[in-house]
Amino acid sequence: MKDDGFDQFKGSSDYVTSEPLRNAVNVAIALGRPLLIRGEPGTGKTLLAHSIAHGLGKKLIVWNIKSTTKAQEGLYVYDTVQRLNDSRFGDRDISDIKQYIKLGKLGQSFASPEQVVLLIDEVDKADIEFPNDLLNELDEMSFYIPETNETITAVYRPITVITSNAEKELPDAFLRRCIFHYIEFPAPELMEEIVRVHFPDIKDKLLQEAQKAFYALREIDEFRKKPSTSELIDWIRALLAGGVSHEKISKDIPFAGTLLKKEQDYDYFTNNYIARYGTNLFIRRR
Amino acid sequence: MFTDFFYTLKKRNVPVSITEWMTFIEALSKGYITNLDEFYYLARAMLVKSEGYFDHYDIAFQEYFRGIETPAEILEQVLDWLKDPLNRMPISEEEQAILNSLDFDELLKQLEERLKEQTEQHDGGGYWIGRGGYSPFGHSGYHPAGIRIGGESRGRSAVQIAQERRFRNYRNDLTLDTRQIKIALKRLRQLSRIGPEDELDLEETIDATAKNSGEIELIWQRSRKNAVKVLLLMDVGGSMEPFAQLCSQLFSAAHSSTHFKDFRYYYFHNCIYDNLYQDIERQESVSTDHLLRILEPDCKLLLVGDAMMSPWELLERYGAINYYERNDIPGIVWLKRITEHFTHCVWLNPEESRFWIHPTVRMIGELFPMFPLTLDGLGQAVRRLVVKK
Repeated sequence: MKDDGFDQFKGSSDYVTSEPLRNAVNVAIALGRPLLIRGEPGTGKTLLAHSIAHGLGKKLIVWNIKSTTKAQEGLYVYDTVQRLNDSRFGDRDISDIKQYIKLGKLGQSFASPEQVVLLIDEVDKADIEFPNDLLNELDEMSFYIPETNETITAVYRPITVITSNAEKELPDAFLRRCIFHYIEFPAPELMEEIVRVHFPDIKDKLLQEAQKAFYALREIDEFRKKPSTSELIDWIRALLAGGVSHEKISKDIPFAGTLLKKEQDYDYFTNNYIARYGTNLFIRRR
Repeated sequence: MFTDFFYTLKKRNVPVSITEWMTFIEALSKGYITNLDEFYYLARAMLVKSEGYFDHYDIAFQEYFRGIETPAEILEQVLDWLKDPLNRMPISEEEQAILNSLDFDELLKQLEERLKEQTEQHDGGGYWIGRGGYSPFGHSGYHPAGIRIGGESRGRSAVQIAQERRFRNYRNDLTLDTRQIKIALKRLRQLSRIGPEDELDLEETIDATAKNSGEIELIWQRSRKNAVKVLLLMDVGGSMEPFAQLCSQLFSAAHSSTHFKDFRYYYFHNCIYDNLYQDIERQESVSTDHLLRILEPDCKLLLVGDAMMSPWELLERYGAINYYERNDIPGIVWLKRITEHFTHCVWLNPEESRFWIHPTVRMIGELFPMFPLTLDGLGQAVRRLVVKK
């Protein structure tokens, strides 16, 4: 039934995906639409783009969005000051405006002679109008540079992955053009798979105890930031590096600082749980 | 193909558009979807753009593919309907008379009793509580756990109306979405040049270069940044319950607006007294006096509340609705102190302006410029806040 173009992305060796996510990625690629990824911090939104690039063997262009980023910067920047400077010192031929046009990340992904993966990271950090300013460019996959009277058209539609932390609402017109996927927090089984990808030699017992403690911590609603996948991986790395035995994990949570990044959370945890019940009880109570 | 599904989604209030539907049909016709599981996830990826609507999608999906009507859905509709302030019946004169005949203590006692009763049962019932003081429906009869609305004549008509959803068309006039609010708030700025000199001042550069007989002289200036400080005080609980959604949108818009230099928010209930609260549950308090000392007068103050309370809550010592407040200073004095401290204040009232005839609303309206919490009202309020004084 399916075209040859479909089912391209199958995940990569270092990134475990769920089937709905793989399907969403493949549909986005097949239809040439941007894929919008949302989810809790630390669930691997950014890593997905790396994994797609790696899995399909394509180059990755990353455009990190900051609160001051303008849509125009992604297309091109006309370096007028450099030109003015050159006109004074006459190093270069200033009538050739082309050399002062520098393509931004989006521009680069259009101009690339092969298909690339473009990651627009944390799109919601920018000004509220930012996504709307890119609508036309993402739709047509081309833009016009008035200074040189040139139109840059994408040779191959880049595979566009956009991540958002849902800090701000995105405009409807923008959303309509995207394929949307919400990365849910992984269930223990999937989490086990994810951890094993990172630490193939991990002992079953250690992994079990670590997961038990981790999911127990996540049950505490009072935390400002619940520990997520990336924290679990850091923690296990610390446990392995420290040679901590699995008995010790269930007794007291060593290196809890890698799991709880906020001071308030850490204090809350030690005061309300460890001091009162001891870790062992705390985990068993859950 | 599946066109009915589109309308089922629409019916379940999933904001799905034709563009998205066409994308979905394209995927379908190219054969990317081969089974129902794939249909579920891919249709969702293409049609639903916020996890907030996943639940609506699930209900629609169930309904379309199994034809099962979920009774829970009716409850939800009723709750939605209750949230919509347009649906509230105006208070008749008789009811007003009953209301007036109740004395302060009795009213307070009743209200508290009901409050206790409700928290033990079901939070959905909270909508009724706010009305407790003056609502025509508030007295007895609503049992949220069993949607007992059906047992009571007035209540039953609510269900019928909820099913018809005949007020839906009105909602657009009234509700704002977060994005619209943000755009309105964007105008709330006060640009001043601060920070390092990192912006090329073109005019000055040309001038200086010309004076320098063509020798290029670059002049830099500080870039303009927003220096506006915002203080948001919100009335929560009680009569504000129907507007909770609207207020939380305003809050999330203001909170995520990155262009304020400083943004603080506190909560109060009905009127401001000695303390303001840092959380909706009103547990963590901060003294109003302290805030007035630490906040600069040029801080823009947005108050949100229906300003509707019993006159004693506003005018009398110990009038606070919450027993434990024991306010020595009447609320009106606190409000006056606030207007005297801040140079720019506005009061946003989520209640429709035709209800602003209530005595306390009028009194507060004399202290603060009052605007309805609609897009226009918010726009006017923001304009009022940026006027130079």
